[in-house]
Amino acid sequence: MIELVHFQVVSAGLFSIGLYGVLARKSALLVLMSIELMLNAVSINLVGYATFADFTEYQRALGQVIVIFVITIAAAELALAIAIILRLYRNRTSVNVDEIDFLKW
Amino acid sequence: MEFSSVIFYIAAACTIGGAFGVVITRNIVYAAFALLVSLFGVAGLFLVAFAEFLALVQVLIYGGAIVIVILFALMLTRIEDFEHLTDNGQWPLAVVAGLGIFGVLLIAVLGTSVRTGPRESVGVRDMAEALFRDWAVPFEVASLVLLVALIGAVVMVRAYGGKD
Repeated sequence: MIELVHFQVVSAGLFSIGLYGVLARKSALLVLMSIELMLNAVSINLVGYATFADFTEYQRALGQVIVIFVITIAAAELALAIAIILRLYRNRTSVNVDEIDFLKW
Repeated sequence: MEFSSVIFYIAAACTIGGAFGVVITRNIVYAAFALLVSLFGVAGLFLVAFAEFLALVQVLIYGGAIVIVILFALMLTRIEDFEHLTDNGQWPLAVVAGLGIFGVLLIAVLGTSVRTGPRESVGVRDMAEALFRDWAVPFEVASLVLLVALIGAVVMVRAYGGKD
């Protein structure tokens, strides 16, 4: 029988893997993909609560509404981030986050 | 084992396995496809939780748009170490951070008892009423955010009058 805790554990695992990817990968595009994984972990958690927790009908619907906003913001963030990456590639011919340090003092 | 449990474990395996593929593989194109597997796994989890509409949105937006955009970005930024990506020097620290946050989250999840009610679906009608009645202003703001992001992306990647 699937319970809420199953969803929470999968969500926690996905978030941790995404965090590892953000911290450890060199390519800016892979960092971006890892951020998408973390956003999806949050969505899983929200949907799990919306379905399983002892909430009213309205609160359950709100859980799914917030997931729609998460997906919207993820799309907007991805478009901007890819624009920044393309710009960086044009100026620096590199998307390696270790070499992009011109904001350092 | 009942049918929904089977679906859940398959979807969870796709999600976690795809995520490991994203952070472990050395080839960035494989990473993009592993991301696709992971996102489809998340859509499967949504299906197990009776969120059919969100599962559909997940497949359409992530599978149909986001992964395609990432693949286009890969095409436009062909870097020399395209096929043998390396992790940077702080990866042991990243392992510690990932395992640490996983441990903290597990303790929080297993140590908190949430009152679970009957497992029931959220009707699309309820969701639409919540979204377009009470959350109509945030919805419009979200569309404005999308518009600003699109304009910003266009401005940022535009070539400035032949300067570059």
